[in-house]
Amino acid sequence: MLANTSSRAVGVGRVLILVYGILALAATGRSVFQIIDRLAEAPLAFSLSGLSAIVYIVATIALLLPGRVWYRIAWLTIGFELLGVLVVGTVSVVSPAALGLTSVNPFGRDSTVWSAYGLGYLLIPLVLPILGMAWLRRRSPAAAPEAG
Amino acid sequence: MIEWFTWLQVGVAVLAGLLCLALGFARRPPDDLSMGATLVVEVLLVVQLVVAIVAPAVGNPPTGSLLEFYVYLVSALILAPIAGFWALVERNRWSMVILGVACLAVAVMVYRMGQIWVVQVA
Repeated sequence: MLANTSSRAVGVGRVLILVYGILALAATGRSVFQIIDRLAEAPLAFSLSGLSAIVYIVATIALLLPGRVWYRIAWLTIGFELLGVLVVGTVSVVSPAALGLTSVNPFGRDSTVWSAYGLGYLLIPLVLPILGMAWLRRRSPAAAPEAG
Repeated sequence: MIEWFTWLQVGVAVLAGLLCLALGFARRPPDDLSMGATLVVEVLLVVQLVVAIVAPAVGNPPTGSLLEFYVYLVSALILAPIAGFWALVERNRWSMVILGVACLAVAVMVYRMGQIWVVQVA
């Protein structure tokens, strides 16, 4: 099965992948709903919501699958997430209007996973990329050779 | 949506989640107790689905978006079985932690579903 095909999907790494999967699910569900229901209210914020969802899905898949290419994609997507949560998080706090938002309520109807550094998701969007990078460092293909 | 049932469901999911996390950190592999707890969480979600289908027809409509409600409910319904399967692929203490995290995530989702149905904060 999938679990035995990657040196990244073992042990505590599987918990990490599950949390990534849940975040991907949460971001996808929320952004699809926001885009269907009220894209016009805050197009930029909701587009970012959708973009974050796609990146979380790719990151989850990249962590699951074996090989150097997926390892590199995992780095790229997780790095992008950290950048996203820091940049969008900062903008959402300093100047919510720049995102087309009226307020910075992280639990509000137009918040994204990255709003207020992911406070609406218990700051998991901020902590997870750091844990992900730590795991990727420990599990680099050079340190733990694998087929493919 | 039945409010007391929803709170009961949140409580059960939190307890199941904490139980699995505690067993996981005690280095126990998944057993009947933890898989059973996760199963109870899933069965309650199916009951919630039936309630959600029936409730609007008997004069108990949601105050928020029904679409958003179902996005959460369907996500929660598929999450628990996926985590259960994922837990059994490699049986060790991390499988337990996986079950615990999934149950806690379901608890949060049911809580949000309750908010969407009953109170509107926006």
